[in-house]
Amino acid sequence: MLNFSIIMVAIMLCAALALNLWRLLIGPHIVDRILALDTMYINSIALILLYGMYNRTPLYFEAALLIAMLGFVSSVAFGKYLLRGDIIE
Amino acid sequence: MSLLQRIMPMPLHTLLLLIVWLMINSTLSVGHILLGSVLGIAIPLLCAPLRVPQPSIKRPLKLVKYVLIVLKDVVVANIEVAILVVGPMRRIKPGFVAVPLDLTDTLPITVLASTVTMTPGTVSADVSFDRKWLYVHVLNMPENEQDIIDLIKQRYESRVKEIFAC
Amino acid sequence: MSFAVELTISILLLLGGLFVLVGSIGLLRLKDIYVRLHAPTKATTLGLGGILAASMVFLFVQRGYLSINELLITLFLVITAPVTAHILAKVAMHLEVAPVPHTKNKHLLATAREQQPPQLDNEQDTEKDA
Repeated sequence: MLNFSIIMVAIMLCAALALNLWRLLIGPHIVDRILALDTMYINSIALILLYGMYNRTPLYFEAALLIAMLGFVSSVAFGKYLLRGDIIE
Repeated sequence: MSLLQRIMPMPLHTLLLLIVWLMINSTLSVGHILLGSVLGIAIPLLCAPLRVPQPSIKRPLKLVKYVLIVLKDVVVANIEVAILVVGPMRRIKPGFVAVPLDLTDTLPITVLASTVTMTPGTVSADVSFDRKWLYVHVLNMPENEQDIIDLIKQRYESRVKEIFAC
Repeated sequence: MSFAVELTISILLLLGGLFVLVGSIGLLRLKDIYVRLHAPTKATTLGLGGILAASMVFLFVQRGYLSINELLITLFLVITAPVTAHILAKVAMHLEVAPVPHTKNKHLLATAREQQPPQLDNEQDTEKDA
């Protein structure tokens, strides 16, 4: 039963990722694209955790943590660049 | 300044770093506690000159209560937002509100703005330079916009104010 | 693994997945950037929280000790998601992205963009309207 629900949720997450990708492609504004990218980061963290559960291993948490940090930093760097035209002032 | 203060300029941060280090390694072995303590002492020493003075948390118990209230609100708000998002789009009436702030320091304002973003259908958009106004975007505006200002002020801001006792 | 544990994990997982999906649907369906900010920041964070809780229960049952790594990820996301939303809202205002026409109090955008306090006469007008 657990494997079945994990696969169900994985399908839901993939659908969510596809929707995000659609928003990333159509825009219409650069801010929308950044927001879509940020959401994709969070969704892929969930997908990695699911993969870890499916394989019964806690090995993927470091990857999830790293993606969480890099996703946040890159989104903020994008925003900062658009806000000021520079990342480090 | 005593010797202890000079070695540990930020005792809370030292403790936090140690706990996070142990959480990352999910262990309680002596070696990792030692390594975590060394990191917990070294990193605040390097970061101390960069620090902007902030008001400290005066009432930790109130903080715990606040976190619980916010967690409950996050769940409730999420269900509301989920229903709005799946339902028809024309039911959504967005709007902007300027909330007057009583808080003056940056850390309490940050806490308040983050809470406002996580809870009921509101996203904090900006703070005015004089730190007296918080601009908030509301997903579904009630008829009377004063309602939402009162909600933010009474439910969250007064509690944040008590936590930092300012 | 007993049936009750599997059921708990499955329910947590499904709730989490549902919220993540709703967040993405919101990202696609909603009409302007300011409204779109709401869906991913709230729904997706809670959805990920659900999946992380499921994974925590799973590991606890499987290994017998409480793994706190998941809590760390949740904590990190809860702290960072509002910051990202705030910065993106600021960027949208800075680039003068137009909100949907029926947004209330659009005049606040002009002062918010300059980080000035709102103009008082406008505010009184809206109070009369309300």
